[in-house]
Order: sequence, then structure tokens, then C-alpha cells
Amino acid sequence: MTEPGQSWGRYPRARQRIAPLTDRRRELPSFDGSALPYGNGRSYGDSCLNPGGTLLHARGLDRFLAFDPATGVLRCEAGVSFAEIIAMALPQGWFLPVTPGTRYVTVGGAIANDVHGKNHHGSGNFGHHLRCFELLRSDGSRRVCTPADELFAATVGGLGLTGAITWAEVQLKRVPGPWLEAESIRFGHLDEFFALSAESAHSHEYTVAWIDCLARGRSLGRGHFLRADHAPGEPGLRPPPSTARLSMPFTPPLSLVNRLSLRPFNWAYYHRQRAPRQRASVHYGPYFYPLDGIRDWNRMYGPRGFLQHQCVLPPGSARDGIAALLGEISRSGNGSFLAVLKEFGDIPSRGLLSFPRPGTTLALDFPNTGPAIFALLDRLDAVVAEAGGAVYPAKDARMSGRLFRSAFPQWERFQTHIDPQFSSGFWRRVME
Amino acid sequence: MQRVLIIGAASAIAEATARVYAARGAALFLVGRDAERLAGIAADLSVRGAAKTAVRALDVNVYEAHQAVLDAAWSEFGEIDLVLIAHGTLPDQPACEASVELALREFSTNGLSTIALATAIAPRLKAGATLAAISSVAGDRGRASNYLYGSAKAAVSTFFSGLRQRLNADGINVLTIKPGFVDTPMTQSFKKGALWAKPDQVAHGIAAAVDRRRGVAYLPWFWWGIMQVIKNIPEFVFRRVKL
Repeated sequence: MTEPGQSWGRYPRARQRIAPLTDRRRELPSFDGSALPYGNGRSYGDSCLNPGGTLLHARGLDRFLAFDPATGVLRCEAGVSFAEIIAMALPQGWFLPVTPGTRYVTVGGAIANDVHGKNHHGSGNFGHHLRCFELLRSDGSRRVCTPADELFAATVGGLGLTGAITWAEVQLKRVPGPWLEAESIRFGHLDEFFALSAESAHSHEYTVAWIDCLARGRSLGRGHFLRADHAPGEPGLRPPPSTARLSMPFTPPLSLVNRLSLRPFNWAYYHRQRAPRQRASVHYGPYFYPLDGIRDWNRMYGPRGFLQHQCVLPPGSARDGIAALLGEISRSGNGSFLAVLKEFGDIPSRGLLSFPRPGTTLALDFPNTGPAIFALLDRLDAVVAEAGGAVYPAKDARMSGRLFRSAFPQWERFQTHIDPQFSSGFWRRVME
Repeated sequence: MQRVLIIGAASAIAEATARVYAARGAALFLVGRDAERLAGIAADLSVRGAAKTAVRALDVNVYEAHQAVLDAAWSEFGEIDLVLIAHGTLPDQPACEASVELALREFSTNGLSTIALATAIAPRLKAGATLAAISSVAGDRGRASNYLYGSAKAAVSTFFSGLRQRLNADGINVLTIKPGFVDTPMTQSFKKGALWAKPDQVAHGIAAAVDRRRGVAYLPWFWWGIMQVIKNIPEFVFRRVKL
């Protein structure tokens, strides 16, 4: 029986067989063709899909093995989600060392994409906090990999292609509680972003900016700079935010993100904060995971789904490159609800195919409106290539193999570590 | 601290329920076929907050072994506040029609062993305790597609109904849990639709039913309505229906 698999962007659609993993001590289920581990499907494009092959659903591997509340060392199965880790560890004073913008990723998925967060400048990627993990290969062999191993470097950021991760050991981070002290600073131009980012990298643990990608000319790259640090809670003073969740209960026939809605939304978002600076205590939920509050928000892009484009441009060409990208988008009139801008630090990534590298990263969501959007994305890729940057495989559904191979020059070394029975839609596409 | 004994602790619903009690800081005694697998579940429950865990292997069809396992649980915890009998299989109905031996073995696994365990557990319970078993909506009416399983569950439901009356005066609550379709390894090969629930949904329903000292809990609740309809279809119509 083949089942339609879905990635978070709901594009492309693919059919594949599903084989659940439920017991980490057992061998992999038998499958025909190729297999690919699948966690919670939060990758946007086809890196978590395996059209015509098998997906090894790993959410059934959701057990904790050990946690030491004195040292913060956690050992758990690969299908455990970040939300489950927070629920268990935060009351004991521990938090994830690095987290992406959704808590519904699995540990295995976080390793396979070597995810980063708003603290990249100080803490690097998820892989930097990984002590070891076990890799189960299709030949039945098991290897416990530590940072000293080449297979560790291949698997961190390795897009699930080196085998199935069964469990992993992670060093969590001490935090005083669920609250952050956050500051939001309005800035009027891209250059101000770079000044704020340079200044904040030393003073704040978390930094990120939301920008209005439709603004042009003197307002190019205007937005809000958000910087924050963990802060002691004031228990009793403020209740945690309500857990009642909004949801997108159905897929509308058309994308709700369109030319009519985008410009007013971006304008209003930029202008909602009147004061140039605002400080507030923010709960970790809305701060780190603003979109997790709306279940199935990806449906709002309609039945054809959406495409995210996240790139990183090296320091030398970042300023002009980001300006060129924003110029292309603004000219096309196809906007993104919000664009996210963040400067990476210079901590070298551990994975052969890790995305983060020194420079500036820009992430945008575009409704899938057909050929026009693909043409725009190709133009964005051309700017990225010109600037010597890279596009994030976890967010990609269509970059060219040529761009992938030049942006990830270690792909040849990586290729020698691929499990011969494993493959993905993404991998076949970029290797063509 | 609640002291909980779970039989069939490696089943998906039981494991999810154990997590609810672990998060409340309960002590958990886990019984199942595979001790090594139980040890993995126990480690997980400890991380999730269980005050104490213990595991013991048991094949429920070996009736002579029941008492020793129950002795172990009671001597480990002194007293038990909640017993959940959760083991079960999903028999291959056509195979059971072809083999008396298989049919009786499946009936034993899903019906008789639960009756045997409940009989042995009842005298050990004190006022305030709860004895719960996972029966099934399938026990409410026999259907061609799985009546071996359904009839074993019907035996459990009826037995528990009687036991509930008997133990009511002693302050012991007897709870029959009737899940509908649940997405577990047991039902892996089924096509899932809107009526399917996740094990942790059912687990929270079980904990709520125990807390409220309910007698019968359909999980999720809408199965009560569905089964009212199915139970009330006249037999002369029902025999012609394909279910």
C-alpha cells in the first residue's frame, strides 16, 4: 500500500510505502527499493520524501533512555520531539541548547538537518551539542558515533541518508525558567539591521529580525530586530500563555497569502510597534515558536502548498546580496508574509552537509502560484550562487543540482557514507 | 503517590497511560511478555517523572504464573491503588474460523486470562482502589469480521459488570474501558479514517475515567453514540449487514 507523504510545504506531493519503527532494538523492517527515515515531516520540501520508495516513520521511537538533572545530559530515542523534551526538562531547569522555529521536530530530524536557532552566533547548531548517537544501517550493523568519527560528520546534516538514527545523547542547557527578557527594535533599513546585529551578537543570546520584504528604496529591508536572553521567572506574577490553540481546520481552495493580503499585512506588521524600542518578558512558547500556536498553519497556502527559500550569503557579499534578493522579490510583487533575517556566527559546523556557515541568512515563504514563483526562485538562486552562498536543503523543493553541489562542496566525501539502501526525493533530484 | 500495576504494559495504549501516571509521579509496576522491552519502557517512565518502576515478565496464558507475579507487585509496593489490565491481540478472524485450537488460544489471551487475573486481583484490593481493564467496543455486538475478538471482549465486559456490582460496597471501583479504533502497532495494517484515535488521547481518557471513578468509559466518548446505534439494530437486519 502506498500512501501520499507530505512535507511541511505540501509541495511536492509524493506516494511512498510507510514502515513504522517502534522498537529501537529491532532490525529495520524489510522494504523494496530505497528507504528514508521520516520524523515529524517538518522539512519543507522533498528532503523528507522518498517517492516510490519507503518512509521509515520514526515517531514510534519516542522513549527517553536517561536524563541526569544534575548535568543536563539527555539520552533519548530519535523520534522524541522537542516539545516532549521541553515538557520533561524545563520544569527541572533545562532547555534545548539550540532550537528551530517549531518544537514539533524530532531529535532525529534535528540531527539530519543539523538545525540552528536564534542563538547560532553563540551556540552553533544542534550538532554542536550532540555527544553521540546510534546509527542503524540497512545491513543490520549498528554504530555508536561520537564527534571524532567521520560517520558522525556525515550523519549530522546528512539528510537521513546515512542510516536510521535510533537514539542520541544531547547536552541540554541550564535556564532559570520559561521566561525570556526580550527587546524589539524597529529599524528602517537593511544597513541598520547589520549595525544592530553586530552590536547585539556580543550582548544577547538570541537575535533575529523580521523584515518587510515588500518595502523598497529608502525603506529596503526595514523591520523589527528581536534580541533576548533567558530571564528568571516571576512565578505567580504572570500565568503562562493560554494553551488553547488556534487551528487551520481545513485547506482553503485558494492561498490566503496573495497579492491582496501581503502588502497590508507587511505594512501593518512593520507599523504595529510605534515605539522604536520595546521591552517585554516573553514566555518561551510564543518567543521561539510563534507559529506552533496555529495548528496546521501550512494549510493557509491552499491546496498547492508553498515554497520556502532560505539561503545564507557569506559576510563579504551579504549586504549587497540580501539587497539584491529583496529587490528581486519586491519587483516581482510576489511577497512573503514575513522574511526572517539572521546573522550566523563563525562556529564551524560539524556536518559535511550542514547548512549554517558564517554570513547572513534570509528565509521567505512563497505560495505556490505556479511557473512565476519557480522563475522568481531561480532568480533568487542566481543571486545566491553569484554571492557564493547556499540554499538550505531542509527548506528546498527545487534548487538545481549544480547549485547544491557548488554550495556543499563536501558532497563527494559525504556520498561515500550513504547507506546503499537509502535515498530521498531531494537527493535523487540534486544528483541528476 | 499513586501505585499502579499495569499488565500488558508494552501495548501502545498501556504505555501511553503509564506516561500519564509517570508525569504525576506515580510508582509503576510493569508486567508484559518481554522483560527487556519493559525495562526500556521503565527507563522512559523514570525520566518522565515516575517515582519508582519495577518490571516482571509474564505470559498471561500461563495461568499458574499469575499469582507469583501479583505477589511480586504487592510485595514491591505494599499496596496497589490502580490495576490496569491492558494486554491483548487482534486475532486473525478467518484463521480462527479454521482452527479450534487457535480460536481458543485467542479467546484465552483476550478474555479468559483477563478474567483469571481480575479474579486473583480482586481480593487484594482495598477501598479506594480501581481495577480497570481494556475491553473494546467490539465486545458490544458480534460482527462477522472479528467476532472471536469481540466475544472474548464481551466476556470481559460482562464479567467486569458483575465484579463492579460485587465490589461496589467495598469502595473498589471496577472500570471497563471500551476504546474504538486506535492507531497502534496492533492496527498497523488498517486504513485510518476520521474515527481513529491516538493512544495518548485514549490514555488521557483512561486517567480521567479512573479519577472520576467511572464504571464504563467509551474512548473517545463518541463511540458511546455509535455503539447505541449498532446495538439497537434489530438482529433480522443486522444479520444481513456487512460489518
